[in-house]
Amino acid sequence: MIRIDQSKITQAAAQKLIATCPFGAISQDDKGNLVIGEGCRLCKQCLKADPAGALSLEVQENKAADIDSWSGITVVAEFLGGTLHPVTLELLGKARELSGGKMPISVILIGNETAEAAKTLSRQGADEVYVYDDKALHAFEPLRFSACAEDAIRRIRPAVVMIGATIAGRSLAPRLAARFKTGLTADCTLLEMRENGELLQTRPAFGGNVMASIVTRTRPQMCTVRYRVFDAPEAACSTTGRILQMELPAFDGRIEIVSAADKNAEKDLSEADAIVAVGRGCASRKNLEDAQKLAELLGARLGCTRPMVEAGHFDVKHQIGLSGRTVKPKYIIALGISGSVQFAAGMQATDLIIAVNNDPEASIFKIAHIGYCCDAGEFLPHLIEEIEQYKAKRKGAEEE
Amino acid sequence: MIKIIVCMKQVPGTNKVALDPVTGNMMRDGARGKLNPFDLFAVEEALRLRELYGGQVTVLSMGPPQAESSLKEALYMGADEAYLVSDRALGGSDVLATSKALSEAVKAIGIPDLILCGKQTTDGDTAQVGPEMAEMLGIPHVSNATALADAGEGAMLVTTTLERSECTYRIRLPFLVSVEKDMNMPRLPSFRRMKALSSYRVNVLSLADLQDKDPKHYGTNGSATGVERVFAPEHNQERSFFQGTSREAAEAFCELLAKEKII
Repeated sequence: MIRIDQSKITQAAAQKLIATCPFGAISQDDKGNLVIGEGCRLCKQCLKADPAGALSLEVQENKAADIDSWSGITVVAEFLGGTLHPVTLELLGKARELSGGKMPISVILIGNETAEAAKTLSRQGADEVYVYDDKALHAFEPLRFSACAEDAIRRIRPAVVMIGATIAGRSLAPRLAARFKTGLTADCTLLEMRENGELLQTRPAFGGNVMASIVTRTRPQMCTVRYRVFDAPEAACSTTGRILQMELPAFDGRIEIVSAADKNAEKDLSEADAIVAVGRGCASRKNLEDAQKLAELLGARLGCTRPMVEAGHFDVKHQIGLSGRTVKPKYIIALGISGSVQFAAGMQATDLIIAVNNDPEASIFKIAHIGYCCDAGEFLPHLIEEIEQYKAKRKGAEEE
Repeated sequence: MIKIIVCMKQVPGTNKVALDPVTGNMMRDGARGKLNPFDLFAVEEALRLRELYGGQVTVLSMGPPQAESSLKEALYMGADEAYLVSDRALGGSDVLATSKALSEAVKAIGIPDLILCGKQTTDGDTAQVGPEMAEMLGIPHVSNATALADAGEGAMLVTTTLERSECTYRIRLPFLVSVEKDMNMPRLPSFRRMKALSSYRVNVLSLADLQDKDPKHYGTNGSATGVERVFAPEHNQERSFFQGTSREAAEAFCELLAKEKII
């Protein structure tokens, strides 16, 4: 909480502070006292400005007195439809890196017919795999899954709990965080472990072009991470972890699973290896046809920005960015995309980013490896023609 | 008869809060707030259920007094009552403290049969407050619902969507559900209702109106997380730019795609 020493506040200082707050949370009450309202997001910009030296940050003590009794890193696996979601191995890879061999790593595996998955996890760096396997767990159900995860977390008492930001993970993680009355940081893009065991969790924040590093004062320190943000371990561990078959906790019957069926959906965009993405600068019918053609030529999937979904050009499952899919293809060709931080957060782990935009100042050029400043719609037909010629030439050469 | 509370949030009108590259300070964005677009589907679903089964729709939000305008939008769509939790002690709330304040507000209004939320907000994108509220209220929740229907005997059938599967649950009331975008077509606010409700006052709840009045449980004090620092995202340093006409650039692009074994 930010404290204000009213005696030091001059009218000029008040005006400056009111103007500084990016959230408009500072105002003066009818007595002329400066007040910080509920709009405060604790971004500390006012502390930085503070012309009169009147502001101070009330530092909070760590709430949990028993903070040291929590140790190690726990990953909650996602096992649905008979397979381990790849985000689980990515989290395990990150856990190994954060631990540096100094902290125990455990995985909580909840599902049905999990034996193979448990073995995989035990070879990929989990010192212990806590398995909750039962028919009742064949499909995701928030209450049963949180009961199992809660049971394991109470036994393990980990300092850190990492959960994949999948649809199920995003339902399970907050339920657990509230149960343990602890913090939860969603969609972290960077995780660092401090010497004192604090996890520095960095994510895009304040709905803008801003990154925030967040620490959790309580334990466990919980975070979610999206698929394709971190890398899976490159090699199996030399040691094999223990697999523990756990007894199921009691389930209450308030949610009954009536049916659970696989969607015959096409592969999710987040799993694509190659993406052609379009934004507002490539939105005419001709542009979209050309983009589709380019994608077909390259064997790539077509993705888009949020405004394109809002304009009705695409279904939301094509949307890349914070409110859409996080993608990590080998390459992405961004056409007519300005590159908001929301979009960038959903694709900046891409190995090769190629951008075409007619605005040389567009932020997409700050993250692109290769850029070309030009109207995307004008450029597309030329590129398609070049690629077709190249393919024809190569085919000719192969036949000779 | 079904009593419903819809949770809503006012989000920034644009996403253009940026860092000043020189001072590192956050720059203010003059744009006004708007109702989180995902919440419109929750409001519509509540109104649809009320039309089918009868009942009452209450909308609830937490935020500064300006957030009343978003609540009024829902009233003009057809909601019966609106509540705003607003207190200076709530400033700086993280997910835990926000969920705490909202769940206490729900208790103060009276736990309904059903709580509806949008799937996420456009400013935080975290989708966390709904499930945390449900836990604090001791009721079940499911996320990403695509269909809701009465199942009789105090239960409802809820279909939800996951990345690769679809699940249908039978859930005993009361419970909380977040709804998918596009599960329905939100109606527009009615001009007639707007006229009729011109003197309507949004019910404002302060800390004093909540059961748990301990300020330590709210706002910054009740938060488990804290922002250590904010900074501009790093940018890629190895960049190359193509020059020339679009035909020349297309040629160079094609060479590059071949070199990278993309074609």
